Amino acid sequence: MFFRYLIILFFLIPLNSFALIEVDITRGNLSPLPIAVSPLSLDKESKKSLQKILKKDDIGSEISIVVENNLKKSGLFNPLNKDSFLQKPDIAHLKPRFEDWALIKAQALITGKVTFVDEKLRVEFRLWDVLAAKEMMALAFTTVPSNWRRVGHIITDKIYKRLTGEKGYFDTRIIYVAEEGPKTKRIKKLGIMDQDGFNTKYLTLGNELVLTPRFNPTNQMVTYLSYFRNLPRVYLLDIETGIQEVVGDFPGMTFAPRFSPDGKKIIMSFAKDGNSDIYTMDLENRIVERITNHPSIDTSPSYSPDGKYICFNSDRSGYQQIYIMKSDGSGVKRISFGKGLYGTPVWSPRGDLIAFTKLHKGKFYIGVMRTNGKGERLLTENFYQEAPSWSPNGRVLIFYRETKTDEKGEGFSAKLWSIDLTGYNERLVETETDASDPSWSSLLSN
Amino acid sequence: MNLNKIFKNALLVALACLALSACAKKVSTGQMQGDVYTGTDTVEYLASGVPDRVFFATNESILTTKSRETLRKQAAWLRKNSKINVVLEGHADERGTREYNLALGERRANAAKDYLMTYGISSDRISVISYGKERPVDSGSNPLSWSKNRRSVTVKAN
Repeated sequence: MFFRYLIILFFLIPLNSFALIEVDITRGNLSPLPIAVSPLSLDKESKKSLQKILKKDDIGSEISIVVENNLKKSGLFNPLNKDSFLQKPDIAHLKPRFEDWALIKAQALITGKVTFVDEKLRVEFRLWDVLAAKEMMALAFTTVPSNWRRVGHIITDKIYKRLTGEKGYFDTRIIYVAEEGPKTKRIKKLGIMDQDGFNTKYLTLGNELVLTPRFNPTNQMVTYLSYFRNLPRVYLLDIETGIQEVVGDFPGMTFAPRFSPDGKKIIMSFAKDGNSDIYTMDLENRIVERITNHPSIDTSPSYSPDGKYICFNSDRSGYQQIYIMKSDGSGVKRISFGKGLYGTPVWSPRGDLIAFTKLHKGKFYIGVMRTNGKGERLLTENFYQEAPSWSPNGRVLIFYRETKTDEKGEGFSAKLWSIDLTGYNERLVETETDASDPSWSSLLSN
Repeated sequence: MNLNKIFKNALLVALACLALSACAKKVSTGQMQGDVYTGTDTVEYLASGVPDRVFFATNESILTTKSRETLRKQAAWLRKNSKINVVLEGHADERGTREYNLALGERRANAAKDYLMTYGISSDRISVISYGKERPVDSGSNPLSWSKNRRSVTVKAN
């Protein structure tokens, strides 16, 4: 249902080729760009119709709030207080009075207009460089009204790309494990939500334990571990149809699944007789291939974005460390040599880094290293945290944290957090319930 | 050095005894040897005198002397009750990554399975499942709680 109504997108004016404002995302941004997000203007007729359909008083304002929150959470932008805006939304959209916007210290301005035409929501917006007094971008979208939040996310992606030069990560979703109940009897369900925490849905009922869901980078399939009938196995789930199936026919536990970058294979661990090795299954011809063959635990495999290499977790040295190998299993090489234990390696979508969890002296860290193991950088330290997942542009990591319980064993909670690759901008990702094992989707539209 | 260690241990034991006797009622918080749980707090019994679980050191799946003793009792009980099948449930504590812990739980349960098999129990009667860190018995965040959670539990399957 969700994706039937893909957004129709057309350009009003070609993009300017010269750079005006630029935002540097390669460093921790301590002075976010002041930006004014004007509420999108809405004519009376459209307002009335959309109020009926969406039960929102002013959808123009609501969409601008989606954009504003996205920009703010990115840590790169500082959306200014709307109370200080001097110009009305409809007039600003036609021709901003740049002096007014410069007066409140805005460097960039977003304006827009919402109309309701032929039962469709039409949203146009413009990005302006206030100091240069120039339009930087103008776009319009037409879609079904219920897609209004996605329009806000797509607008944010366009602005982000225009100002940073890199693709955004706002029109995306997070799949995760929703948790409830006492620590010793946790009930876990698959949850899915928009990147900003809205539109939460649950994909399983909580009757069986589910863990480690991961998106297919190319479509709306998900792979995860389910204890259905007390047989822990890797499953494949189509989140549009709800159809699911077991992956492969293994005589024991399969776990730690992940898709290959082309979405055609699942890579996972298979445990037998106390030994876990890495296998792949081709989703088209169902051929299973053994990738590692070692008496140690080999798990948490993750492909490089070109599909040529795999990083994984093994305790063949005696303790958990990170290794890489070619995708056929040859050329195994240990890359983690720092102090402590290393787990959950995940290859960045940009290809240059591997994110990991590290345990050292009773503390857990989320960090990154280059693919040769050099340049280790720890981004955050906590009592317990693990399982980083990359935003599709490779700039942000989402992971989960668990709290220490008190003397009575109470006070346990699990929450999702995100942090920039720079180590700045650490944020709680709000979820309806406790949450763990987050996986970030690709951009839903490009 | 060694003497020092022995002295330290003796002191610890003495302190533990003191602590136990001080709060006379039921401070059955259990004990640890190294970081392997040796108490009986969480232990249930398959039959009289046959404990249902064995405990492990951090990151280890090696059976301790005490674990082997427990498993020999289980094996004897299984030989006597030849119609009973069992599931060995392997577990890890919360101080490890989820996926590695699933593998570790499986490794622990299989260590117990192998030992039962060497004492004559057919592999047909034993199945194994790992819960990783998903099913702790103790919700505490301290070394003693963690030691209780690093375990393989033998459960009747029929």
